[in-house]
Amino acid sequence: MTVQEMMELINAKNKTPETDLGREVSCGYTCDLLSWVMAHGAAGMAWVTVQTHMNVIAVASLMEMAAVIIPEGIEMETPSLEKAAEEGITVLESPLTAYEICARLAEKGLPGKHS
Amino acid sequence: MAVILEKTFPVEAGAFTTAGEASTTIKRTLKQLGVNAEVLRRVSVACYEVELNLVIHSLGGTLKLLVDPEKVTLISEDVGPGIPDIAKAMTEGFSTASDEARTLGFGAGMGLPNMKRNASEFDIQSEVGIGTKITMSFALQS
Repeated sequence: MTVQEMMELINAKNKTPETDLGREVSCGYTCDLLSWVMAHGAAGMAWVTVQTHMNVIAVASLMEMAAVIIPEGIEMETPSLEKAAEEGITVLESPLTAYEICARLAEKGLPGKHS
Repeated sequence: MAVILEKTFPVEAGAFTTAGEASTTIKRTLKQLGVNAEVLRRVSVACYEVELNLVIHSLGGTLKLLVDPEKVTLISEDVGPGIPDIAKAMTEGFSTASDEARTLGFGAGMGLPNMKRNASEFDIQSEVGIGTKITMSFALQS
């Protein structure tokens, strides 16, 4: 699944138009504890979190994730979006809950984190 | 062993908005040097954790990167406050992080254990009132 396909599947808006929507997503994950994500993140991951500050982008970038998905219509702060664009991390904002986002991605065959 | 590269980054206490910048620069530098993806990932994780620890817990400090043909070494040194009980601090789930840090999603008590897990060698020295020094090395060949 590409970032573009994922975006359509979860009715999301792309907040970083400069980034590559053709990138392949390797797996999905949801967690709001950044230290936890640092221990369990993976390259190409789509990460669902309600956190919207700069450190989210730092973690996503260090883990070489494909995208960060913000659920429930929450908006990411502008400095974080600028940083995301700079780091090549796509940020998607979806009106759906984290649960529903993950359910839709899983239904289309996107696996959970590879162990 | 001959040092290929040595670089020191100052890390400011409480500077949450810029936290991760040193780690991002270090990762980029190592990538340019051709460090393989698996080692790069482990260094990045440990580096970010230690940088965040400096921001969350210390009174300020430095993060030093050393690269030689055999390994990458990261040295974090701060000016206090020091850790009273290292064994406790190394326990997964134990955290003394502030409410501010917790609100941002830190303070899960995963930092030090996560560093140890990712480094080939891990050493922590700390003295209350003096400071903490963490040395981690990552072998470039397994």
